[in-house]
Amino acid sequence: MIYRRRPSPLHAARAGVGCTYCLALALAALVLSGPVALGAVVVGIAGAAVGSGVGRELCRALRFALPLGLLVMAVNALVVRDGLTVIARLGDLPVLGQTDITLEATVAGAVLGLRAVALILCAALYTAAIDPDDVLRLFRRFSFHSALSATLATRMVPLLARDARRLGDAQRCRPGRPPSRVQLMRAASSGVLDRALDVAAALEVRGYGAARRAPRGAAANTPWSRHDLTFAASALAIVALGVGARVAGLARFGSDPALHVPMGVGSVAVATGLVAFALAPFADRRGIER
Amino acid sequence: MSVLSLDGVTYSYPGAAAPALLEVGLELAPGELVVLAGGSGSGKSTLLRVANGLVPHFHGGVFAGRATVAGMDTRDHGPGEVARAVGTLFQDPETQVVMGTVRAELALPLENRGEPAPAVARGAEEVALALGIADLLDRPTAELSGGELQRVALGAALVGRPQLILLDEPTSQLDPVAGDELIALLRRLGEDFDAAIVLAEHRLERCLGFADRAIAMRAGRVVCDAPPAEFLAWACAEAPELATPGARLLSGLGLAPAAGVKAARSTLRAHGLLGTADPIAGGASGRLNPRKVRRAGDSALKFDRVWHELDRGRVVLRGVSLSLGPGERVAVMGRNGAGKSTLLRHAARLMRPTRGKVTSAGRVALLLQNPTDYLVHERVAQEASPTALATVGLGDPALRERHPRDLSGGEKQRLALAIVLDDPEQAAVVVCLDEPTRGMDRRRKAELAALLCELDAAVLVATHDPEFVAAFAQRVILLGDGSPIADGSPSEVLAGGTYFATETARILGGAGGALRPEEGLSLLAPFFEVGA
Repeated sequence: MIYRRRPSPLHAARAGVGCTYCLALALAALVLSGPVALGAVVVGIAGAAVGSGVGRELCRALRFALPLGLLVMAVNALVVRDGLTVIARLGDLPVLGQTDITLEATVAGAVLGLRAVALILCAALYTAAIDPDDVLRLFRRFSFHSALSATLATRMVPLLARDARRLGDAQRCRPGRPPSRVQLMRAASSGVLDRALDVAAALEVRGYGAARRAPRGAAANTPWSRHDLTFAASALAIVALGVGARVAGLARFGSDPALHVPMGVGSVAVATGLVAFALAPFADRRGIER
Repeated sequence: MSVLSLDGVTYSYPGAAAPALLEVGLELAPGELVVLAGGSGSGKSTLLRVANGLVPHFHGGVFAGRATVAGMDTRDHGPGEVARAVGTLFQDPETQVVMGTVRAELALPLENRGEPAPAVARGAEEVALALGIADLLDRPTAELSGGELQRVALGAALVGRPQLILLDEPTSQLDPVAGDELIALLRRLGEDFDAAIVLAEHRLERCLGFADRAIAMRAGRVVCDAPPAEFLAWACAEAPELATPGARLLSGLGLAPAAGVKAARSTLRAHGLLGTADPIAGGASGRLNPRKVRRAGDSALKFDRVWHELDRGRVVLRGVSLSLGPGERVAVMGRNGAGKSTLLRHAARLMRPTRGKVTSAGRVALLLQNPTDYLVHERVAQEASPTALATVGLGDPALRERHPRDLSGGEKQRLALAIVLDDPEQAAVVVCLDEPTRGMDRRRKAELAALLCELDAAVLVATHDPEFVAAFAQRVILLGDGSPIADGSPSEVLAGGTYFATETARILGGAGGALRPEEGLSLLAPFFEVGA
C-alpha cells in the first residue's frame, strides 16, 4: 500500500491536520469500549476511506485485519476465565489446563478484536491518504533524522515487497525441488541487508549525514484552507466526544461477571455523533476535481 | 584549480586481501567530462566512492594518500559535507530514490543543506525542467519505470548544482535511445553548470565521443590517462577489451582510432572509404556474409496472438505471434517498457496471457535480470549439479566450494544459468535470458555470447545491447509498444538503424549489413588496398 495523491478533501488537507484526524479516530477506538461505538469508529474510518478514494486500499488492509481480529477473539475466549455463561467445555487441554469457553470472554475478545481492526484500518487510512513527504517536513523541525528514518521505513515496504516478488519469481524458475523456507529466508535477509546498505550509501551522498535544519520561511505560514479547518474541527469534535463519553461512562462495555453491552440512547447518540463528525468534512467537495 | 585531486591514494576494503586502489593520482578541472574505463573489479566504483567521501567514512578499511574535493580533504570531511560539492548517481536507481514523490526526492538534497523553502522549490523545479521530467514532479516514485527513476536519481544528484558529478554506469538499465539521450544531456549540463563529470561505463562506444579524457584502470591502478583518441590507440595495443568496435575497425585497417561515430566516419572519408562515390556508399551493395535465419518446421516455442493487459487498461503485449525454431538464437530488443521482459515471462509461464496462447515443445528455462535472486545455498556446489556447472564453465573444484554471493557478477550470472538449466529429467528446449549483460564488461559479454552459442536449446534474449546481439543472435525481433515491428536477421534489423545498431553499422551507414568490426574489415579491406 502506498500513498498516491488523489482528488479528495482529506488529500487536500495539510499533512499535520490529516495526521491529527487519523490520530483522533485512533484515540476514539482506544478510549471507547462499547461495540456500538467501536463499530461506529470503523464505519467512520471506512466512510472516510471511501470519501478519500482509498476504499480499495482499506479493503486490502481489512483482509489482514479481520483474521487478526478473529484471532484476538479466539485467544481471549481460550485464556480468559471471566464470565458466568459457559458455552463450551473443552476439558483439560495441554498448557491451558481446564478450559471452559464463556460467552462473556468471547464477546470481550470480539470487542478487543474490533478495536484492533479499527486501529489497523486507521493506520491504513493514514498510509493511503496522508502524504509521507509532508509528514517528514512537518516533523523534521523536531527531529530530522528520526522523521526521515520513519519515512524511509514506509518507502522500503513497497520496495521490499517488490524484492520478495522477484525472489519468488526466480524460485519458480528453478527446476526440481524448491528450496526450503529457511534457505529462502536466509537469501531474503541477505537481500534486505544489501538493500539497506545501498539505501544508506545513497542517503549519505544526498547529504543526510550533515543535514541541518532549514530556516522557518514563508511556507511555514501558509494560510489554513477550508479543508484544513474542517478536518481539524472534526478531529477536535471526535476527541471531545470520545473522551466525554468515556468520562461520562457512556458506551462502556463490561464482561465480568456478566455482559454489559451499552445499547441505550446515550450509546447510540455517541455512535451517531462519531460517524457524523468523521464524515462531515467530506461533504464539502467544492474545488475537488472529479 | 582542480575540482578533484587524488594524490597517491591507496585503499583496501575491510578484510580484503588486496587493495582496491593502488597509488592513484589524478587531477580534474572544472567542466571536464572524463570517462572511467576498466573491467569489472578494476577499481572504477571504488575511485568514485573515494571522490564522494564514502571511502573511507562509510565503507571503513585502510586509506592512504590524499583526496581533495572542491578544496575539502575527504579524511576531514565526511560524505555529508562533501555532498555539498558532489552529486553522485549509482547504478541501481531503485535504491537511490528514497522519497514518496519525485518533487520530494529532488528537494531532499537541498533540504539536507538547510536551504530555505523557496530555494528548495525553485531548485527542484529547475532541475526537473532541465532533465525533461517536469511532468513527473507529482508522480509517486513507486510507480516510475527504471528509466524514469534513473532520471529522477540524476536530478537529485544535480539539484544542488554540484561542482563534480560522479556517475557509476548510469546507462546500464537504459535502452539505447535513453542511454544516448542521457549522455548528451550530461554533456550539456556539464557545460551549463561548469561541472566536472566522471562517468564509469562499460559501453565506451556510447560515451567516448562526448568525453574530454579517458582514464583506464586495471587492478586498482590508473594505466592510461589520455584524450579519447589516444586512449583508443593505447587500448587497441595494450587492452583490446577496452577498445570500442569503431576503434577496432579503424585499427584493423591500419588507421588511427577515432572516438565516436562522427570522427570514425571522417577518418574513413579522408581515406576515400566512405562517401558518395565510394563502393560501399549505397549501403546495400555487396551484402556480406548474411547470417541466415533458421526456420524450422517444428517450433520450440510459439506465441499465438498473445495479449497482456493490465488492470488499469494498459496493454503490454498486443497480439504477439511468433515462433522459435529448435536451437535458434533470437534477440528481443526495444525501448524500456516495450514489453520484452513480459514476453519472456509469458514464455516461462510466469504470466498468463489475457488472450492468446503460448506453447512450447518442452521446458522453458528463464534467467531473470538479477541472478542473485536464484542463489539460496551456502556453497556453489549445492546450487547446481556438477554437469550443469561444467556446462557454464564453473567446473573448477575450488570455485564450487565458494559462497555463491562471493562470486563476481559474471560468475553469478553463469551460476544462475546453471541453476535454471539443471534438470536431468527434462532438459530445457528454450532458454530465455532477461538483460543478461547489465553491468558486464566486454570480456564477460564475449564469454556469455560464446556460451549461448554452444547451447543446444533455442535461446531468447531480451537486451538493449546491440553489440552483444551481433555477437550471438541469428535473428532479431524489435518490439515497439507491445508488438513486433521488425523481425529478421541481425544484419537486416540492426544495420540500418541509428539507436538499435552496432557502432560498426553506424560508422558504415549499414553498408553490406556489417555489424561487427571483423565484418566491416572484410567489407572495407579490398577497397582500402585499392585506395592505398
